Amino acid sequence: MYQTTYHRASSVDEAASLFAKGKEAKYLAGGHTLIPVMKQRLAAPSDVIDLARIKELVGIEASADTLTIKAATAHSDVATSDAVKKAIPALAHLASQIGDPAVRYRGTIGGSLANNDPAADYPAAVLATGATIKTNKRSIAADDFFKGLFTTALEDGEIITAVLFPVTAKAGYAKFPHPASRFALTGVFVARTKSGDVRVAATGASQNGVMRVAALEQALKANWSAAAIDGVNISANGLLNDIHGSSDYRANLIKVMAQRAVVAAG
Amino acid sequence: MSTVKLTVNGKAVSVDVEDRTLLVNLLRDHLNLTGTHVGCDTSQCGACVVHIDGRAVKSCTVLAGQADGCNVTTIEGIATGDELHPMQAAFRDNHGLQCGFCTPGMIMSAIDIVKRYGGQLDEATVRHELEGNICRCTGYHNIVKAVLDAAGRMKVAQAAE
Amino acid sequence: MGVEGIGARVVRKEDKRFITGKGRYVDDVKLTGMTHAHFIRSPHAHAKVKSIDPSAALKMPGVVAVLNGKQLVDDKVGNLICGWAITSKDGSPMKMGAWPAMAPETVRFVGQAVAVVIAESKNLARDAAEAVVVDYEELPAVADIRAAIKPGAPQLHPEAPGNVVYDWAIGDENAVKDAFSKAANVVKMELTNNRLVPNAMEPRAAIADYDAAEEHFTLYTTSQNPHVARLVLSAFYNIAPEHKLRVIAPDVGGGFGSKIFIYPEEMVALWASKKVGRPVKWTGDRTEAFLTDAHGRDHVSTAEMAFDKDNKILGLRVKTYANFGAYMSLFSSSVPTYLYATLLSGQYIIPAIYAEVMGVYTNTTPVDAYRGAGRPEASYLLERLMETAARQLKVDPTELRRKNFITQFPHQTPVIMAYDTGDFVASLDAAMKAIDYAGFAGRKAKAKAEGKLRGIGVSCYIEACGIAPSKAVGSLGAGVGLWESAEVRVNPVGTIEILTGSHSHGQGHETTFCQLVAERLGVPISQVSIVHGDTDKVQFGMGTYGSRSAAVGLTAILKAMEKMEAKARKIAAHALEASEADIVIENGEFKVTGTDKAIALPMVALAAYTAHNLPEGMEPGLKESAFYDPTNFTFPAGAYICELEVDPGTGKTTFVNFVAVDDFGRMINPMIVEGQVHGGLAQGIGQALLEHAVYDGSGQPVTASFMDYTMPRADDLPSFKIDHTTTLCPGNPLGIKGCGEAGAIGASAAVINAITDAIGNNRLEMPATPDRVWHAIHGQAA
Repeated sequence: MYQTTYHRASSVDEAASLFAKGKEAKYLAGGHTLIPVMKQRLAAPSDVIDLARIKELVGIEASADTLTIKAATAHSDVATSDAVKKAIPALAHLASQIGDPAVRYRGTIGGSLANNDPAADYPAAVLATGATIKTNKRSIAADDFFKGLFTTALEDGEIITAVLFPVTAKAGYAKFPHPASRFALTGVFVARTKSGDVRVAATGASQNGVMRVAALEQALKANWSAAAIDGVNISANGLLNDIHGSSDYRANLIKVMAQRAVVAAG
Repeated sequence: MSTVKLTVNGKAVSVDVEDRTLLVNLLRDHLNLTGTHVGCDTSQCGACVVHIDGRAVKSCTVLAGQADGCNVTTIEGIATGDELHPMQAAFRDNHGLQCGFCTPGMIMSAIDIVKRYGGQLDEATVRHELEGNICRCTGYHNIVKAVLDAAGRMKVAQAAE
Repeated sequence: MGVEGIGARVVRKEDKRFITGKGRYVDDVKLTGMTHAHFIRSPHAHAKVKSIDPSAALKMPGVVAVLNGKQLVDDKVGNLICGWAITSKDGSPMKMGAWPAMAPETVRFVGQAVAVVIAESKNLARDAAEAVVVDYEELPAVADIRAAIKPGAPQLHPEAPGNVVYDWAIGDENAVKDAFSKAANVVKMELTNNRLVPNAMEPRAAIADYDAAEEHFTLYTTSQNPHVARLVLSAFYNIAPEHKLRVIAPDVGGGFGSKIFIYPEEMVALWASKKVGRPVKWTGDRTEAFLTDAHGRDHVSTAEMAFDKDNKILGLRVKTYANFGAYMSLFSSSVPTYLYATLLSGQYIIPAIYAEVMGVYTNTTPVDAYRGAGRPEASYLLERLMETAARQLKVDPTELRRKNFITQFPHQTPVIMAYDTGDFVASLDAAMKAIDYAGFAGRKAKAKAEGKLRGIGVSCYIEACGIAPSKAVGSLGAGVGLWESAEVRVNPVGTIEILTGSHSHGQGHETTFCQLVAERLGVPISQVSIVHGDTDKVQFGMGTYGSRSAAVGLTAILKAMEKMEAKARKIAAHALEASEADIVIENGEFKVTGTDKAIALPMVALAAYTAHNLPEGMEPGLKESAFYDPTNFTFPAGAYICELEVDPGTGKTTFVNFVAVDDFGRMINPMIVEGQVHGGLAQGIGQALLEHAVYDGSGQPVTASFMDYTMPRADDLPSFKIDHTTTLCPGNPLGIKGCGEAGAIGASAAVINAITDAIGNNRLEMPATPDRVWHAIHGQAA
């Protein structure tokens, strides 16, 4: 790891001002993406600004229509939250599948979304539920947030403060873990909104990161059942192809995981 | 350089370190607590697991500064005098270790698992919960046995308290 | 058997330090004035090193020195050696290119070191390493074994034209031709044995400390055989004469073969310590382990078996290409030859065998012995072939095996090995019973109704362990003898120290070796300690690998014990005024049989050291040593059967049951033996399902971290059902065969046989990843 200067911010405003002062500052929440990259010397931030102790960034709130998860909330807290389990149980399940237990204690939802790893789990849930990403500057719709591999709509220095999930009528997440990294080799989140719309998002599969799967959305909108997907054809074009999963295998996984997610959603 | 103040195994310590220092290096290099090991560079093997404020985390993926003000417990801090922690005893009694290198992290993770699940542990759950700890020697067979055994012992110990 | 004697499930003495965080591994050692090394490694698979400019790095804070390969060669540090000479079919010696510890001119694999930075801290060394400018001229590279032997392929070493190290053969080619000409059926298949990375959890590390006044070096290193390290460092690498070099291998966090070899980093640390006049420490990280630890396996083979009309085997023909990587590692040459082809008879009567092995250089990390070393490759090939034959001949695979089992011992195979004993029927029977083989068809049908594909797979392995009779291996080209040495010291107060040349890095020697003493003397194991891993303490030793520590190392201890006991009996008889022939040893006492006269061991020891009243002419003291050289290999064997289910939607394999029945001869501590089997099985299953070291076409490693190389985790594996059958090994007095590698040797074929049974497609290579299995289900090659 290169030399760096560590700061612990006590408020979002303080964090933003520390960021502005730093030459090449980076925010740190759980650190489970940034620190491994720093250890490999693939990132060399002049300043590391720790957001994890900012009280306003931690916690879970639920109303009848919206589940709010603040950005520095750890995966383990989402996975075990009664409020999450009641509002969107699939989201608690997803959080319980991220990394491993030690990672879930440290990793945060905001960190995962800001990084937008193409195989991360949370982006699938955010995109499939049509969640809203709140920052210290604005609100961003999920459809506008993810901009391809490791790229988001966030501007330099912008801090995610919370994610607002619309409470779904039904939702399910099925993940086929990458055998080595335990990221998603392919993970599919299916959601039916209270208004009857259906959204499906797949992570780990596409060369461009998390994506909606229109063919599955149409099929499930017509008939919310695993069988409805049987006849859907998923193209392997544009899907990742590596030693753990060829693109046609990933295309198959999108379909199979979607079916399992629908079954899990009930 | 920064001064990091934390409590390690019940003792308050204050250490001057470079800001790039990882918690595992603070423990190993500055406090000579070499029971916590480093087995990979990618936060996967779990040989470095310690408890921060009661949660089992990978100390290779925590900056020393992040642990400032925290309560850290390492493998050296879980026995009570000469009396082994039930998880330590279960690892020994079930031959849950061979070369011993992954063992400290395994034990620290396993204590956390038992704490979270209490008596509700079964083999499949233990295997899934151990996915963040890699062992190359045991094939996990006896580690799983040890964790299940310790879960029983810890329940008994809790009931006795 | 006493409570702590042979056969007792004694919990391990060494565990307390490991479970309390008090183990002492190399990286835990700190020396005064210690500096830290960081190696500068080639990012290219093949390149000329045009220049190395350290000037910017030398100006950085905390930098002590930057040293390169040219300086190392100028200082006459020897090239790395290969210690087993193999002769090609045409009578020519194997063709080897030079391997300096840091490359002065040419790098031939990604990760090969070209220079080293010595600095005040690890971070500072790494900071400075980035400021060293290395100018490379890239050369064409080849990583694939088939590509490497094609005409026009990039050439690695001028000494080895066509990248061929040797083209070796064993067996009778004409006899095999005859056999095939008479065959009623021939079964032929191609097999790949995937390249693996050993990945002991403790990365390699070394600390070298040069004492200028004494011209003496101390090396702390992660070694399975510290004396072999000292021997090679002294005799071949010109580091220091043996009496000026102490090698200490303290607690070592797993080896699996990868820590047998003496690596460039150890040589450089020693040399650099003298250069900078301070201790030098190097601790590898996991990436360096992937790039520089000797890899394992990596064979491509064609195998053909001829059967008569009654399904009896007539002959076996094998052609194997073995990938050695860019350089010949210490024992690499022996692995695909004498440790592989000599086991191709398996558990079967095969009248004629002919095996050809071509060893090939590629621009990849060197390959050497990894748990099983050659024997897993032989066993996988043969057991896949038997299963495939059964399917082709439409007979039950267990019946085909039974029909061809060797049942009379000793049995001379056509490929050197003379099996001393075994009962292959017994282990197969026990395994079939344990897994309810007879009931499998019903379970398969039930699984099918639930949408799962269920399969069962058998593997009957044999291995040659207890490595090895020195004269035999010498005649086959080995550069060393493979005996073991031991010393028994009874201290004046009666406690006992056993000094052994075996090295424990997880095997539990500190417990099992004490159990032999407890068995013979009836003393508690708390009175016995095992000393190992330090060339200054132990007289000599060949170390731990090849499942040899019990069969060879413990037998050496037994021999020393017998000498010590003989002397102690004389002392006891003298003290008790009895005949030596009447003395028996029980519960720590020397008794006159049939009387109540006895003298306790501490009193015998005290008598030996006070020497006030010893038998006439006897030397004082009670300490004996022995060297034991085995007369034959030992032959552990067994039957493994696994039952599993494949998810047709994803191709994912889930174990239902895994049964391992082994014949290891006598077991000292069954708990530890079972642990060895568990670990071996995990590595065999890992090879079958998960692990694969992959290079792209230009020699860049694709799997150089745990993010890409799939290590078996707890949820990838089942609990195992372990059982044993026993035929005692007649070759050593304890009847021990060895247990360290069996699991890794037998497991992989059982898994692939079961998956191919489940999916109804026999074309499937290791590792059987979900992707590959899914493709195979759909009838395509992945």
